[in-house]
Amino acid sequence: MKEKFIKVLIFTSGFITILLFVVIIAYILINGIPVISFEFLFANTLNSGREGGILPMILSSIYILILTAIFSIPIGVGIAIYMTQYCKNILLIKFIRFISRCLASIPSIIYGLFGFTFIVLFLRLGWSIFSASLVLSLMAIPTIFQVSEVTLNNIPLNLIESSLGLGATRLQTIISVIIPIAIPGITTGIILALTRAFSEAAAVMYVVGSTFQIPLSIFDTGRPLPLHLYILASEGISFENAYGTATVLIFIVLFITISTNYFVNRYQRRIKYEIKS
Amino acid sequence: MKLKVKNFNVKINNKDILNNININFKKNSIHALIGPSGCGKSTFLKSINRMNDLIDKFTFDGNIFLDDKNIYDIDEVSLRKKVGMVFQKATPFPKSIFENVAYGLRIHGIKDKKFINKKVKESLKASALWDEVKDKLNSSALNLSGGQQQRLCIARTIAVNPDVILMDEPCSALDPISTFKIEDLIQKLKRKYTIVLVTHNMQQAKRVSDFTSFFLNGHVIESGKTNQIFLNPKKEKTESYISGRFG
Ligand SMILES: Nc1ncnc2c1ncn2[C@@H]1O[C@H](COP(=O)(O)OP(=O)(O)OP(=O)(O)O)[C@@H](O)[C@H]1O
Ligand SMILES: [Mg+2]
Repeated sequence: MKEKFIKVLIFTSGFITILLFVVIIAYILINGIPVISFEFLFANTLNSGREGGILPMILSSIYILILTAIFSIPIGVGIAIYMTQYCKNILLIKFIRFISRCLASIPSIIYGLFGFTFIVLFLRLGWSIFSASLVLSLMAIPTIFQVSEVTLNNIPLNLIESSLGLGATRLQTIISVIIPIAIPGITTGIILALTRAFSEAAAVMYVVGSTFQIPLSIFDTGRPLPLHLYILASEGISFENAYGTATVLIFIVLFITISTNYFVNRYQRRIKYEIKS
Repeated sequence: MKLKVKNFNVKINNKDILNNININFKKNSIHALIGPSGCGKSTFLKSINRMNDLIDKFTFDGNIFLDDKNIYDIDEVSLRKKVGMVFQKATPFPKSIFENVAYGLRIHGIKDKKFINKKVKESLKASALWDEVKDKLNSSALNLSGGQQQRLCIARTIAVNPDVILMDEPCSALDPISTFKIEDLIQKLKRKYTIVLVTHNMQQAKRVSDFTSFFLNGHVIESGKTNQIFLNPKKEKTESYISGRFG
């Protein structure tokens, strides 16, 4: 009787979660898809976003995504490798874990404020795609680091010892045994962190500017999709185009997630190795 | 003597793990290490190829000599080339069968393709795996059965030309037939290598080894020819252990 009750409870909450997800996505798509046209995707923005397309925003977002990846992946994965493979100081490890947990729990608007005062003003980097990428990297690094650390810690010690036991150095072992096994897990963390950064408006609104121009360099100001969406809606410029922008945002995020999932699965089938994390 | 262990003590976290170990390992022999769980066999084995150096708070004193050379006077990489190790659970790398065996050669900077091919083939033959895998060298090593994986790990170890092979319960995860194959293999390998074999299986120690040392709580209670240890142990503790009265 009790068990049945719990089952029903679990089923209902699961069902509600999925339903909510489907409803939200469907609602956005229904309102957004009619807006999307060739012009919407590939034309310049006109009249504050009431007319024209969102090409500058798409480009801003893609530049920011790429730069953020370049900054945050090596640092996040690097720290995780250092901590799991080299560092023996348990206090230091605990300290880094604590810091990264704190960083991950700071609201994104605070990252935005920090970026404005420190990166834009103090470092005089100005409003730019570059500044936005730095702020988003700060947000992405803790996630990338945390997921990578768990993945790396779950690699069986015997496997590492087998490699070292054959006379391999630490570095050789990391490159040819550890990383190949950890790639799927680490990639999952990277995608989680980067898609979050890609969808972030609050953290970038004070650091990226909000131009309508197509950014030509990473030191230009820009206006990534989420920010554009936020401004269109909050200033009541065009709800129609806001839905269109949201739809494009969702499609890009889905595309990134699904395609990496596909490659990770293929890779995993090829190396036939899965670590639980 | 290939390997000499003199007054060797190990502490981990300041806890005594091994106390005053003295064992000599004869060249081209199989030396079994037996004893109840937790008595320090694996720790001892990993001291020989300095794998314990990885453990934080590992300290030791005493000496281990390989060919009369202190193992701490040999650099880690050359030592581990000379002293290979096979674990309880097979640990193939997530690479092809061929690449698993070639791994040791590649990390030592060997590029000559012909040489690598030849070495891989030789090693797979020596580990009695060649006939089973010769047609699928490029398929993943993780497709092999447990016993085949274990033989692959042996092939991988012998590919780098070690002198000594340390085996930590290499059959404990295997079925009787695979176990038999590995035991057979171990006996063939002793012609070229000196083998240290940790086993929980008394019958296995009896069947394959030339010498046996009995470990208990970090001490070596008794060490000697396998026949002598099993047929006529000098110490009471040894006798009660091999007759199955504890452990
Ligand atoms: N990395 C480590 N950190 C702390 N203690 C350890 C470590 N490795 C081994 N020990 C301790 O050393 C003792 C001996 O362990 P060891 O693994 O050598 O025993 P064993 O004889 O191989 O046992 P088994 O037959 O179960 O494999 C145990 O008390 C164990 O708790
Ligand atoms: Mg053990």
